[in-house]
Parts: sequence; structure tokens; C-alpha cells
Amino acid sequence: MSQLKPKTIFEKIWDSHVVKRAEDYPDALFIDRHFIHEVTSPQAFDGLKKRGIQVFNTSRTTATADHNVPTKDQHLPIKEALSRHQVETLRKNCKEFGVELYDLGHAYQGIVHIIGPELGLTQPGMTIVCGDSHTSTHGAFGNIAFGIGTSEVEQVLATQCILQYKPKTMKIEINGKLGKGVVSKDIILYIISKISASGATGFFVEYAGDAITNLSMEARMTICNMSIEMGARGGLIAPDETTFNYIRGRKFAPQGEAFDRKVEEWKKLTTDEGANYDSVLKFDAADIAPMITYGTNPGMGMKVTDRIPTVTELKEISEQHSFTKSLEYMGLEPGSSLLGKAIDYVFIGSCTNARIEDLRLVADMVKGKTKASNVEVWVVPGSKQVEEQARREGLDKIFEAAGFELRSPGCSACLGMNEDKVPAGKYCISTSNRNFEGRQGPKSRTFLASPLSAAAAAITGRVTDVREFE
Amino acid sequence: MSKDKFTTLKTTAVPLPNENIDTDQIIPARFLKATTREGFGDNLFRDWRYNLIPGPSPEEKGVETPNKDFVLNDAKFSGKILVAGKNFGCGSSREHAAWAIYDYGFRVVVSSFFADIFKNNALNNGLLPIVVSDQFLKQVLQAVEEKPSTEIVVDLENQILQVGAVKESFEINTYKKTCMINGYDDIDYLLSLNKEIREFDIAH
Ligand code: SF4
Repeated sequence: MSQLKPKTIFEKIWDSHVVKRAEDYPDALFIDRHFIHEVTSPQAFDGLKKRGIQVFNTSRTTATADHNVPTKDQHLPIKEALSRHQVETLRKNCKEFGVELYDLGHAYQGIVHIIGPELGLTQPGMTIVCGDSHTSTHGAFGNIAFGIGTSEVEQVLATQCILQYKPKTMKIEINGKLGKGVVSKDIILYIISKISASGATGFFVEYAGDAITNLSMEARMTICNMSIEMGARGGLIAPDETTFNYIRGRKFAPQGEAFDRKVEEWKKLTTDEGANYDSVLKFDAADIAPMITYGTNPGMGMKVTDRIPTVTELKEISEQHSFTKSLEYMGLEPGSSLLGKAIDYVFIGSCTNARIEDLRLVADMVKGKTKASNVEVWVVPGSKQVEEQARREGLDKIFEAAGFELRSPGCSACLGMNEDKVPAGKYCISTSNRNFEGRQGPKSRTFLASPLSAAAAAITGRVTDVREFE
Repeated sequence: MSKDKFTTLKTTAVPLPNENIDTDQIIPARFLKATTREGFGDNLFRDWRYNLIPGPSPEEKGVETPNKDFVLNDAKFSGKILVAGKNFGCGSSREHAAWAIYDYGFRVVVSSFFADIFKNNALNNGLLPIVVSDQFLKQVLQAVEEKPSTEIVVDLENQILQVGAVKESFEINTYKKTCMINGYDDIDYLLSLNKEIREFDIAH
């Protein structure tokens, strides 16, 4: 009987959200939760105005200002005219259409993928979209979450649905014990370095294995966050007690008995025995070491103790041109090692690594130490709540004593849209997710790494193996 | 909102063989501050089109001069088709990338592999992404680079891309093809499902 066909968790959630499936048409998929921000929403609201229609269900959309906001003096009007106009446009649109906005200065403001989970808006079994590719972050709670373009933001605002073809499924299983100095960021950088920046294009990933289930919720979010960096549509992790405990008591989570009932439902969100994936990859946690990227896409990563490949070591000849161009941009020699390389900036932030656990990791490592004189260190918390928590725990004092600057929340130097830019030619160790040319500012050079590796580099002023760091 | 209709196109092309061209290259983040869809073409591939001589400090902007080595600044090449290396449009979901390519005057991007979100964004804006085999991509790039006046014919109805004497058929799903040919968009269809969606929303 067809209804007994074993399903993956992905298929269970997808199939239960299809409003209409018609031949030759993509599925009309119902969206439970929609997040918007100032950069990818104005043209979508414009579209609604031109059509003369309202937001379909305002209770399913939440807005915040994050991409294009200053991380200093947030209480003052934004200095730069275009940025100010963009944030003001968001305000106007939210007011006009009745969408809840966590604006600058609001206790819940922050990077969209950080505030969703911390407010309990992100829950298992949901479909979640946002006009931002790192929407995959929310998948850590066992839901289907993916990034969309502005035309699709308009679709969701107008109809609470999106037209999508069902992607293929991929399972990535990691078992074993993580070595010293290895954290979740290293796991995902390792996987991407193995399968390349396009290795999962067309797939939706499920992460499994005890190296994943042993992680905290925040560490799981770091993994799912970077699914897009291997081309995947999204990535999820089946919900378990860790997930339920994280959600319990959060602002918008179901409360009391309603919560218990939900948990019973959420427990069914597992992949059935015998369900089929289109692709299965397995990795051994023991093979993973602290990682760093050396090139201009996240697939160009290696163990921090490795050396950069030479042109002849590349798997495909067609890659040579891009590889050479990339290393030229980075000012690095093929075949060289990065250990000991002097850096100029350290950025601890972004939706990948700016949650409270990340800040604690960093603070633990740098407590009683001071930064190297050649580096500038920015710590940008992912949300107002993270910032407040850090202050309550006294992390701000540790950072201050170390010579780190604790800023106000936003995307900041992850994409360099505001004034937080790494200058041309300078090297930055960054806990963010993209090392593209110019990502952190025109001609900036990015090394992606874990918060631990970034903290160590801040103290030594150089690319450092955290396992050797005292 | 209806888009331009697309049926056939005959034009020269611009070759850009780099692989993994991400949307931050197509349109850098600092140019995403506009609140309309127009005008992004000026900043298409901004940091590849211009050389930046940095200012003395981060606050001082520096000077930009056109990079004569970049293909968009090479008068030999023009046309409405961009031919690019594998994994085009990866990275950020910014639809501004598709708007910028379209606004600059391209109507088609040919590559052997596109990132998912970019592909959707392109199709939603009347920009046709055509996936060809690695082998054919190489042939097209070579033909255009050797002879910039080479004309390429895109026949969407019959799903054929022809370059001189060689041609290859390409895939596009029926729904998206109908949308491209008629200038429809997804919202037109979704709005027609309003009743079903309302019921679904209430039940969930
Ligand atoms: S922190 Fe970076 S990756 Fe995350 S939402 Fe902001 S810009 Fe995107």
C-alpha cells in the first residue's frame, strides 16, 4: 500500500505542506513561517502595492532589520542615506501591511536566523522561508527551511505559498568522536571541502550520526547554516530531546500542555526505516581537524596544518583557471602552509557563529589575555538578546580586557554592507560563512574558521592551530 | 506582473569562463541598498569591471578605473547572451543578481551548471538560464572567444541552442517554459489557488 512507503523526514514535512500538486506544475507549498529583512523585501512589497493586494496572513511573517544596519550607535539615525532609506522603507511597509517588526533598538532585534530560533518562532515540522540563503539555519530544528529570492518573497506575502519543485534528498552521516579543538564549524567546513561548493546542488540534506546528535542546538545551527555553501537547498536534523529542551519556554513556543502535545507530534518527525535517499555520504568524525579556508569559495578549505594544493594536485583541469585566480586574489602561493601567517582582522559574528555559545567559547579562550597588536577584533553578537546575555555573564568585560570591540547586533562584516568592512588587501579570520572575493569589503581577503580558531588568531595575530594554543 | 515574452533570440555572446561565479561578484552587497528593481546593471560585476586603488584609510573611498582586461570592458564582445563557467550564481540568494544581469541587457545565461536559487530567480525575471553539457559549453566558449561575431540562436519553443553548425537541446520544465513564452509569473498561478490556500491555512 502506497501510504506505507517509508519516508524521509524531509518527505514527510514536504508532502504534508503541499496545497496543490498538478501535472507539469511545481508543487504549491504552504509556508508556515516567513522571515523578512530590509534588503530583499522592498521590491516584494512594491509588487503587492502594484497588484493592490494585502499580506495573506500577517501572523506568519516576522521582520527585522539586520543586513544593512550599523553596529555602533544604533540609537542614532543611520548616517548613510541609502541604508537609512532602506530601513525606513521596511518600517513603512511593515506598518502599512501590519507585519510585526523587531526594529533597531527592540529587545528582539538581531540577525534573522538568530532571532527566529531564540524566540521559539522556529519549530520542528515547519516550512520556513526567508529572502536570504542562510535560512537553512532553521533546519537544525527538524524543518524544511530554505532561502528564496525577492519574487518569491512576494509570492509568500501574497499567498503564503511558494511554487517549488521537490529537491532530491541527501543524507550526510557523521559518526565518531570529535578531536581536541574541533567544533561544529570545523565539521561543516570539512564536509564542504570534501564535496565542493556545488557538491549538494539540487539536494536537500539531512545530517545524521552521533557526531551530529551529540551537538547542542546552537552547534547544530552552525552546521545547517552552511548547507547552502555546498549548494544544498537546505539541511535539517531530526528533532530530539535536545531540540525540545531548547524550544521549551521560549516566547513564541507553545506553552504548558500545548507544548507537551506538540512534542508528541514532533517525535514522529524521523526518517522511517528503509526510506530512500538519492545520495548518502558518510564521514568519520575522527578525520576532522580544525579547519581553515584559503580560497574564494567555501569549498576551498583544508585542515589548518595542511598546505594549499598546487595546480597539478587539482582533481579537474577545468578548475585550474579559477583556482589560480583565487589564490592570486588571496595573495597566497600554491603549495604553501597558512600556519603562522599574519592576519589583520578578526571577525566574530554572523548567523553562523554569533550565538551565546560562540561568544562563550571565545571568551573562555581569551580570558586574561590580550589581542596581538597587529589585529583589530570585532565581536558582533547575533541579536540583542545574545548581547544582553553576554553582558549579564560578564563576557563584555573579558572582551574589553582583551582589546576586542563588542558591537551591537547585525550582519556586519559578514557581508560588509554597512561600514564594517575589511580594507583592501587585508586578511581577516572570520567566523562567518563566505569567503567570496570582496565579501567583507572590496578586495578584502577572508579566511573562514571556527570561533575557537578565530579567538586563538586574535591573541597570536597569526593563523594558529588551536590545539597548540596555550 | 507579466514579464517580457521570450520565444527565440539570435545574438552574439559574451564569454566569462570562470567557474563558481557567486552572486557577490555579480552584484556586490554594497550595491543592494536600492528599494526598486531597476538600475542594477551599472554595477553588474562591479569589482571585476573596475580596478580599485584603495584610499589611505577605510573611510576614504579610493579611486576606481575600468579594468580593460575584463570582458565587459572589451569592445570585441557584446550581445544578449552571457556564457559562463560551471556553478554560476552560487552563494547569496539576492535576486538583485538576476536583475543586474537583465538590466545590463542580457536575456540568456548559458552554463553547464547553475545554483538552484539563482536559476529560480532568473526564471522569475524573464532571464533564461540554459544548462548545456560541459563539452558543449567548452565549444561555445571557444567559438565566441575565437570569433566574437559568432551568433547564437536560442529557440525556446524547441529547446535548442545553436552555435554555428553545432547545436544542443536543453531541458526546461514545461511550466517554466510556458511562463517564459507567455510572460506569466508564479503569483498569477498562486493567486488562482486562493480558496485552497485559505482552507489549508485554517486547518494548520
Ligand atoms: S549574517 Fe551574513 S550570512 Fe547571515 S543573514 Fe546576515 S549577511 Fe546573511
